[in-house]
Amino acid sequence: MTIGSIKECLEAHYYCGEEYQGDTLEYCYSCDLMSDVLAYVKNNVILLTGLVHPQVIRTAEMLDIRAIMIVRGKRPSEEIIEMAKEGGIVLMGTRHSLFTASGILFGNGMRGEEITHDENAL
Amino acid sequence: MKMHYDVEGGEFINVGTASSQFKKTLKMLGIGADIIRRISISMYEAEINMVIHANGGSIDTEITPERIHVVLQDQGPGIENLDLAMKAGYSTASRQAREMGFGAGMGLQNMKRNCDELQISSVLGEGTRVEITVYLNQES
Ligand SMILES: Nc1ncnc2c1ncn2[C@@H]1O[C@H](COP(=O)(O)OP(=O)(O)O)[C@@H](O)[C@H]1O
Ligand SMILES: [Mg+2]
Repeated sequence: MTIGSIKECLEAHYYCGEEYQGDTLEYCYSCDLMSDVLAYVKNNVILLTGLVHPQVIRTAEMLDIRAIMIVRGKRPSEEIIEMAKEGGIVLMGTRHSLFTASGILFGNGMRGEEITHDENAL
Repeated sequence: MKMHYDVEGGEFINVGTASSQFKKTLKMLGIGADIIRRISISMYEAEINMVIHANGGSIDTEITPERIHVVLQDQGPGIENLDLAMKAGYSTASRQAREMGFGAGMGLQNMKRNCDELQISSVLGEGTRVEITVYLNQES
């Protein structure tokens, strides 16, 4: 989906990065735990999260994640928005819950990360 | 090419500043995206650990034509049982660390998976030294 159509589907709004609305993303990862994001995100995803913290942007930056959707109507601070702008990351917000937002995107053909656990890791 | 970063403890808000700066440098040098990604993930996990478990420390990086080498040194509490710490899910992270989305006990595993060589030495009560190496020309 294009970032613009993701935004429409989730009745979302931009905090920054509107200029990237034509870019396409095929994968989505929904999570509040940044440790998991670091361990499992492989593809070019949009990150859906209810965690509003500068570390969300930092984590995205490290993984080359291009877009973040903050769910449940939570508001990022100016500092967070500034960090996203600096990193060229699209930051959006929706009132939907993590489950509903994920469901809507799944229904529109977005794919999830295939998580394969290391046998001896867990 | 060598670089040095000081990492503050306590300031959870700034975690990842060094990793972020180093990543920008690697990009400027035109290093391959997959290599940048692997070193960035490993270094960021290690930098997070240094802040949330050891009150900060210092990072020295070296880039040669063969490899990227990152050494993280802290004067924190040290790791009592390294085998246990390496186990996925094992974590002594504080509530504050968990609130910012860390402390799942998967960092060391994730570092090991993403770099080519990981060396950790730790002395209880003195500190921890983490060395991360990613080779530059082996895979295409
Ligand atoms: N630099 C460090 N200083 C002291 N203890 C550390 C350090 N790095 C890791 N540890 C210990 O190893 C454990 C596992 O680390 P890690 O796999 O990154 O998980 P997490 O950081 O989520 O707890 C930590 O919970 C901590 O007890
Ligand atoms: Mg960790």
